[in-house]
Amino acid sequence: MGLDFTVVPGYLDFILLGVLWTIAITIGAALLSFFIGIFFAVIALYGPWFIRLPFRAFEWLFMGTPLLLQLFLIYFGLVQIGIDLPAFVAGVIGLGLHFAVYNSELIQTAIIAVDRGQMEAARTLGLSRGQALRKVVVPQAVRDVIPPIGNNMIALLKDSALVSVIGVSELTLSAQRAIGNTYRPFEFYVVAAAFYYLINLGMEWVLRRIERRIQAAR
Amino acid sequence: MTDQKPFLDIRNAQKSYGDLEVLKDISLQVQRGQIVAIIGPSGSGKSTLLRAINDLDPLTGGEVWLEDMQINKKLPHRQYEKHINQVRQNIGMVFQHFNLFPHLSVRGNVTLAPKMLKGISDDEANALAEEQLEKVGLLDRIDYYPSRLSGGQKQRVAIARALAMKPKVMLFDEATSALDPELVEEVNLVMKKLAEEHMTMVIVTHEMGFAEAVCDRVLFMDQGVVVEEGPPSKIFRNPDNERTQNFLRKHLANANR
Amino acid sequence: MDIDLMMRVYPFFLTAAWVTVQLSVYTALLGLACGALGASMRLSRHALLRFIGAAYVSVFRGTPALIQLFILYFGGPQIGIQLTAFEAGVIGLGVNIGAYMTETIRGSIIAIDKGQREAARTLGMSGWQTMRKVILPQSARLMIRPLGVNINALIKGTALVAAISVVELTYTAQRYIGSTYKPFEMFMLSGVLYMVIIYGTGQAIKWLDRKARIV
Repeated sequence: MGLDFTVVPGYLDFILLGVLWTIAITIGAALLSFFIGIFFAVIALYGPWFIRLPFRAFEWLFMGTPLLLQLFLIYFGLVQIGIDLPAFVAGVIGLGLHFAVYNSELIQTAIIAVDRGQMEAARTLGLSRGQALRKVVVPQAVRDVIPPIGNNMIALLKDSALVSVIGVSELTLSAQRAIGNTYRPFEFYVVAAAFYYLINLGMEWVLRRIERRIQAAR
Repeated sequence: MTDQKPFLDIRNAQKSYGDLEVLKDISLQVQRGQIVAIIGPSGSGKSTLLRAINDLDPLTGGEVWLEDMQINKKLPHRQYEKHINQVRQNIGMVFQHFNLFPHLSVRGNVTLAPKMLKGISDDEANALAEEQLEKVGLLDRIDYYPSRLSGGQKQRVAIARALAMKPKVMLFDEATSALDPELVEEVNLVMKKLAEEHMTMVIVTHEMGFAEAVCDRVLFMDQGVVVEEGPPSKIFRNPDNERTQNFLRKHLANANR
Repeated sequence: MDIDLMMRVYPFFLTAAWVTVQLSVYTALLGLACGALGASMRLSRHALLRFIGAAYVSVFRGTPALIQLFILYFGGPQIGIQLTAFEAGVIGLGVNIGAYMTETIRGSIIAIDKGQREAARTLGMSGWQTMRKVILPQSARLMIRPLGVNINALIKGTALVAAISVVELTYTAQRYIGSTYKPFEMFMLSGVLYMVIIYGTGQAIKWLDRKARIV
């Protein structure tokens, strides 16, 4: 059959639209996973036992099963209980929850490291436990984990390809659709890979700059 | 004695990292059985010179000869590797941080290279290990792992490991600098014993007392040059050069503090 | 929860789990081979080999595994590579995880103190002898845990081959979700099996790591 990349330009704006969706999903899921990750970390460490224990089980389940399976559960599971979400929203929620669990692991470790000393110091100043967490402990912990969380976000970009399976029209699915018309899988998947690679490079560049800034601020 | 052909011969050694000159045209001749100490402030280039002898830090200019063989020959990679591995078997080296192999027992450390490079049998290797460990007084530790040894013991094992290759020259790179003060003497004793057996040695050290007691010659290096050299009595008791005097004065003051 | 249904279909999930295990084992072996090769290129004396190694790591870690799998399986025939879905899965995922393992192996090799290398070279050992007898025995212990992390990711990553219709756990779950409309039950069935595989492997790796550390 051979290769023929000349079919690609005709679909370029279509593919670029997919790129935009991929970026949107990545940003949406990244933000979700960041804030939910902080929330998870705090309840995992400071929540009452009847919240902590089920949460541990949830964490265990999410870290022990594939993302793709979780996406199926969320997409079809929500339908089962009568909530019919657009695929995009389901994808963002699935990716966001999945990475929130991983971010939470990182944040928990950082909070434990900061808590020693800092919590006591804040409490002796008269801050309540909640205030101390919000104003003293968590902000420091979050700063410490930004580089590893950044790496998680780069992983998230690549895993965002999986939401094509539940019908989100991002880069991978755009490539698939173009292939459906042209029967040129090699060409379009290579083009999709190139776009992912570029976004990945961009994210790595931003992350390195942030890391340097954090280093400099120390 | 001086007109005899030198055993180890460093000719016009130069070494630079970019613009930074670490060794500036240094020559050093060592006779068979001679013991030479190199002293000087940190950053003077003394370790670099020592490490150039077995080409661990290759020179950027100059030659190093051991008997009739040039050590730092320019050769194509494969040939160079073959050549240098052969040469290094004749040059024992002891490091400041011991560099024992933590995954091998004391016996394993001492026998690894002889077994691998000289193709001797396990029995011969064991006998060799026992002989060398006897010499450094650690025969009873032969089946220990390095993590269970004190710093002084580790360094004595490192010496035994180097001796097991039956080297013609031994190089000591601040062998006692990383040791607690009370552990220095046991290592010094082993080195003295080697001196009595007329092992040719080049010793980079901060131990002036030891250098004075054991060495035949002392080189004082500073900023990549040999400032002064001579017999220990001369260098330590009556140095000519002002930099040498200053260095020794400071060093004494620190040592007595 | 529809226990009856779960009891009826679980044998299919067991069969599928066995496929997932096989996929994981073959992928891990191929990944380790690629990782060892990649690491030796990354650490080579030759600039060209170093570049190839770095490019391998960068490209395969910089793009989604799913796309790599699609290029191989759907695009392969265009360049004369005809593979079954299972073969494509093993090769695609193995080469992908190999890029991550390359960095793990390389990291554990360069983590060994350079004094170890110097000591061995000073005794007259060649570069390769030094690597084999001094460096690798030490870095092998260091790499068990991080390779365990790679293997954990790899097992979860085998789910991707559902997208090229290999009948493994995720594909089976997907199919039964479609035919029974019971996503939660099907998720639990396959989830439990995944966790048995993943946490079981995790325990084995911990055991291996402890055993290697005893000396």
